Amino acid sequence: MPTFDKSHTAPPPTGSGAAIQAVELTKTYGKGDAAVRALDGVTFSVPAGTVFGLLGPNGAGKSTTTKILTTLAAADSGTATVAGHDVAREGAAVRCAIGYVPQKPCFDPTATGRENLTLQGRIHGLPAHEIRQRSDALLTRFGLTEAADRVSKTWSGGMQRKLDVALALIHRPQVLFLDEPTTGLDPEARAEMWAEISGLTATEGLTVLLTTHYMEEADNLADQLVIVDRGRVVASGSPEQLKGTLDGDTIEVQLADPTARDRARAAVGSADGVRQVSVDDATLLARVGDGAATLPRVLAALDSDGIGLTSVTVARPSLDDVYLRHAGRSFRAAERAAGSATDRPEFAEAAR
Amino acid sequence: MSTIMTHSLYLTGRSLRILRREPVYLAFTLIQPMVWLLLFSQLFQRVTDIPGFGDVSYITYLTPGVIVMNAIMTANWAGTSFIDDMNRGVMDRNLTSPLSRGALVNGILAYQTVVTVAQSLIIFGVGLLMGARYDGGLAGVLVVLAAATLLAIFFAALSCAMALLVRSQESLIGMSMFLALPLTFLSSVLMAPQLVPDWVDTVASFNPVDWAATASREALHGDTDWSVVAGQTALLVGVAVVMGWLASRAFRAYQRSA
Repeated sequence: MPTFDKSHTAPPPTGSGAAIQAVELTKTYGKGDAAVRALDGVTFSVPAGTVFGLLGPNGAGKSTTTKILTTLAAADSGTATVAGHDVAREGAAVRCAIGYVPQKPCFDPTATGRENLTLQGRIHGLPAHEIRQRSDALLTRFGLTEAADRVSKTWSGGMQRKLDVALALIHRPQVLFLDEPTTGLDPEARAEMWAEISGLTATEGLTVLLTTHYMEEADNLADQLVIVDRGRVVASGSPEQLKGTLDGDTIEVQLADPTARDRARAAVGSADGVRQVSVDDATLLARVGDGAATLPRVLAALDSDGIGLTSVTVARPSLDDVYLRHAGRSFRAAERAAGSATDRPEFAEAAR
Repeated sequence: MSTIMTHSLYLTGRSLRILRREPVYLAFTLIQPMVWLLLFSQLFQRVTDIPGFGDVSYITYLTPGVIVMNAIMTANWAGTSFIDDMNRGVMDRNLTSPLSRGALVNGILAYQTVVTVAQSLIIFGVGLLMGARYDGGLAGVLVVLAAATLLAIFFAALSCAMALLVRSQESLIGMSMFLALPLTFLSSVLMAPQLVPDWVDTVASFNPVDWAATASREALHGDTDWSVVAGQTALLVGVAVVMGWLASRAFRAYQRSA
């Protein structure tokens, strides 16, 4: 007889109240000169029943962290517990307690939706009647009932991604890992997926760890988040707290001529009320105390230097700004830097 | 039944479902052995005239050889299903579920067994139509099926292990082809061992392909020396088990760099 895992009937671990705890995780891929430090002492704690965001550009260490927490990879040093189990010493218990949606699609395209769910339920040792009930409930919840008995390779991308999530939920895990759940989805499917994810903690009592490189996604979904950059946690808190630490607004200027960016940076930097300026190609970002009051001075400074511009916007703080403040570079610049390092295979793997 | 066995069966079922949905695949894999049967039986028709070859028709000699050869060639593709799973997120999802690495390998090997037996029976039938005679009867046929299956398990496990190490379809197939043909020709699949140079015969005695071919022909030809069959089969069981174990160990290498 299959051994039934007890995790779906056991109460969630009590004590610290943390569903995930990561302490000083480090991981280096490769050796010698080719070594890439993917994680450089990552520490965070995820309260049970919340959506927790791991936000950062490609190559920041999000995937590596997820792989360590899901027991796919081992950390070089540091410790981590998931659902009360140590990932290094109690891997089997961790694997019973978690659901994992990898970045890449993980359903079997040659099987129907229901066949996919049935196999996954059997792997988790669920009895047949429970697999049926649970599959029906998940198919209904994700609006997949009509397609359930069609081979899943014929489904739309958004439906397939929902099937991936349903597969990870069949055994009622305590902790769900979502690795870039909306990458590659069209805006409509992304909005639908966001609605599904935000409902999960409420109806399933789950803890969700979400990795993303979309600022809006973390802002929308995460109760708490950490921003990771180059293998380190550079900021943590709720999206509101993080944005609150930035007093002031951002003025974003699109320059007509990118080669004028150094002159533009100097001109804007000298304007009264401007605290910090960064440029990335033709985009200039200025952090200012009061956007409405400072904007005329910024425009005057650019105008007096004869620097043309194509657009200008004033924005309240966003997580982009939080990232800029803590990582010292814009998110887009970090994404590009990660892209240029992908000629190292291990790094490409980690940054995938 | 233990969890690993149940899990292995579920995974075998998954593979068989794919085969059931696309049975053309099985037909397609049978084209090659049919060509070999036809081609080699014509090409080497007269080698039985060479003094010392033995008193059998070449098609009778060749049929068990083609069954063995087909088992290797099909098994060499086994690892590609791991690569498909790795290219999708299926491997990562499986490795973060209660499935053991042993079950993941067993699922592939059990599927390979079903496919090898089905293909071998078809080749037996075609050989019979072409004039091959199986004096060893049912016992002989069963030994051939067992030997071909064990050899398929050995090569399928090797293919899975290499898949986990190289992780690319092209490299995997390249390496498999590099192995398969020399191992086939350095065996008694096509030519009687008493007629090949001594060094080939010596190499062949260390070659699992030759163990399977020798056991198969010995069991089929009627006046069977069962000690030869038992000896060669025991060797095949040994290498198949060891390679299956190594394949489940190869997950460590995959996960270390994951």
